[in-house]
Amino acid sequence: MKGMKTTIAAVAALLVAGTAQADPVKVGMITTLSGGGAGLGIDARDGFMLAVKQANNPELSVVIEDDQRKPDVAVQLADKMIQQEKVDVLTGIIWSNLAMAVVPSAVAQEKLYLSVNAAPSQLAGKGCNANYFSVSYQNDNLHEAAGGYASSAGYEKAFILAPNYPAGKDSLAGFKRFFMGDIAEEVYTKLGQTDYAAEIAQIRASGADSVFFFLPGGMGIAFMKQYAQSGVDIPLIGPAFSMDQGILGAVGDEAIGFKNTSNWSKDIDNPTNKAFVETFQAEYGRLPSLYASYGFDTANLLLSAMGKASISDKEAFRDALRAADFNSVRGKFVFGPNQHPIQDIYVREVVKEGDVLTNKIVGIALSDHADAYASECSM
Amino acid sequence: MFSLFLEQLLNSLQSGLMLFLMASGLTLVFGVMGLINLAHGSLYMVGAFACAAVAAWTGSFWLGLVASLMAAALAGVLVEMFIIRRLYNRDHLDQVLATFALILVFSEGTRWIFGSFPLFLSVPDILTGTVILPGALEYPIFRLAIIIAGLLVAVGLFLLIGKTRLGVRIRAGEADRGMIAALGVNIDRLYTVVFALGAALAGLAGAFVGTTQSVQVGMGEPVLILAFVVIVIGGIGSIKGALIGSLLVGFTDTMGRFLLPHAFATFLDPSSATAIGSALASMLIYIVMALVLFLRPSGLFGTEA
Repeated sequence: MKGMKTTIAAVAALLVAGTAQADPVKVGMITTLSGGGAGLGIDARDGFMLAVKQANNPELSVVIEDDQRKPDVAVQLADKMIQQEKVDVLTGIIWSNLAMAVVPSAVAQEKLYLSVNAAPSQLAGKGCNANYFSVSYQNDNLHEAAGGYASSAGYEKAFILAPNYPAGKDSLAGFKRFFMGDIAEEVYTKLGQTDYAAEIAQIRASGADSVFFFLPGGMGIAFMKQYAQSGVDIPLIGPAFSMDQGILGAVGDEAIGFKNTSNWSKDIDNPTNKAFVETFQAEYGRLPSLYASYGFDTANLLLSAMGKASISDKEAFRDALRAADFNSVRGKFVFGPNQHPIQDIYVREVVKEGDVLTNKIVGIALSDHADAYASECSM
Repeated sequence: MFSLFLEQLLNSLQSGLMLFLMASGLTLVFGVMGLINLAHGSLYMVGAFACAAVAAWTGSFWLGLVASLMAAALAGVLVEMFIIRRLYNRDHLDQVLATFALILVFSEGTRWIFGSFPLFLSVPDILTGTVILPGALEYPIFRLAIIIAGLLVAVGLFLLIGKTRLGVRIRAGEADRGMIAALGVNIDRLYTVVFALGAALAGLAGAFVGTTQSVQVGMGEPVLILAFVVIVIGGIGSIKGALIGSLLVGFTDTMGRFLLPHAFATFLDPSSATAIGSALASMLIYIVMALVLFLRPSGLFGTEA
């Protein structure tokens, strides 16, 4: 009789544990699927959904909406997803100005937010939050690496250029933090600007020996083409965003040889990354960009946490996320104290493989690099 | 410093002339038909995509350029005959709603055909490289070519409106639509021709600009907003106003981006000077528009009260 009781208790405990782990998780993905920044959002979404499809976990459901790169639209969508769709986790935002409009209020309402891209400094330091995880990086990281690379390559006077929005400011701050030389001139452009004739004229007259530019998406395409047409031959350096897989095809051969810094590249040598690049190409018929890799890692991180804890137990679920117990396409993956990754950042060069332009790793810019704001975060 | 200033003047002229190609079509359509056409930016996008697709297919930029004119004009004719024609007698709100819907249709249609990733379109070999202009100024040949093409189109447009029979009808249409219909002019055909002309100009601008920027879905809307600023400044319906307005906007925008951060740097530290200067520079054309509206509510060359 006593034995029977323990068996029942054990079965009950198992059942409870079983149901706890099988709590469904609903993800709301707000990302940019139309307009000038669409390529980035589509890549992040496709990377995320590839991991979801491969895991084939019936407990995970995803709703996807297009923010059109407009902060007001993103806020409306977040409200709708939290209030009507009752999502547990939000993700997907590409642009830092949209992230600043959505994330603080979402995490205050006890929703988890996993960033596939944007990670403004405001959310890494004093504004850090236990419900907010950045899977990609902290905004400054790749730019810091570019600054470090520019110094080690012997450049002494850089002209620096970025759009006037939170990530643009983080970008130039990051570059300057690690660049030892002088700044010839610092220019902010309008977000979404497509004509850079005025800025290129200033570069020509500046006497700089290098140009650092952060212009993601269509902005980077426009700048690269106009720069090549202008006849100015000062070497360009940038973060991977200025030269991602989606941009290369539209810029053409003029991009070959361009050095850029990234925490992901398709030739990082590990089985997860190899399988990711192959399956992504098979599924969508194009090479993945770094945004796709962030989406893929974000989904796998979430799936790993779902396997360990129930979403109804927020504390345990956050611990499971913090453990980051999944196979990342970047190889090792560790969160720092402010829940932003500590990671290697590589220098890549644009090369042509057959007919396709892509990036190849040529060195490491920074190893096990943590962001500059972690010490300000009290969590 | 002098050659930098000169280069910025040329850049202002170039961006102003590209805007003129957009704004002239928009203002013609509004002047003659009284129609607010939000889908004008989509015709610009059609031109750019047609140019990129044909240039990639045939390897010739010039065939692409012809294709951009034809595709945009054709899209304009179809849109006018099947949709816009039903809207002339409706109020402006209906027109705005219907043409906004057209933006969505064009954008999604283009995405459906070409995908979401930007297309490749490059300068033809003959126009690559730079020339040395007087004042030891090195300037891209392609931008110079755009300036010349823009000037030619502007002259052509003024001759067309001022000297030809079609131009007489267009001006008459602007003055009194009902009367020229009563005088036996085939008003339906006139409207279609004017719409196709405006569309072709937008398509041409799309092809030129697509060559220096990126050919992607949604590229038309930012330009459309600028084109509206131009025609509001210039006076709605006036080609001369569109030209002056375009040059004013091109000049204000380029010079503002160039000079404002420097101006602020004389009394602020460089970092905040660039931040404040560039923030103000992006508002500058709207400030100019507000000023013009304050001093001349119907625009610089507007006729309506």
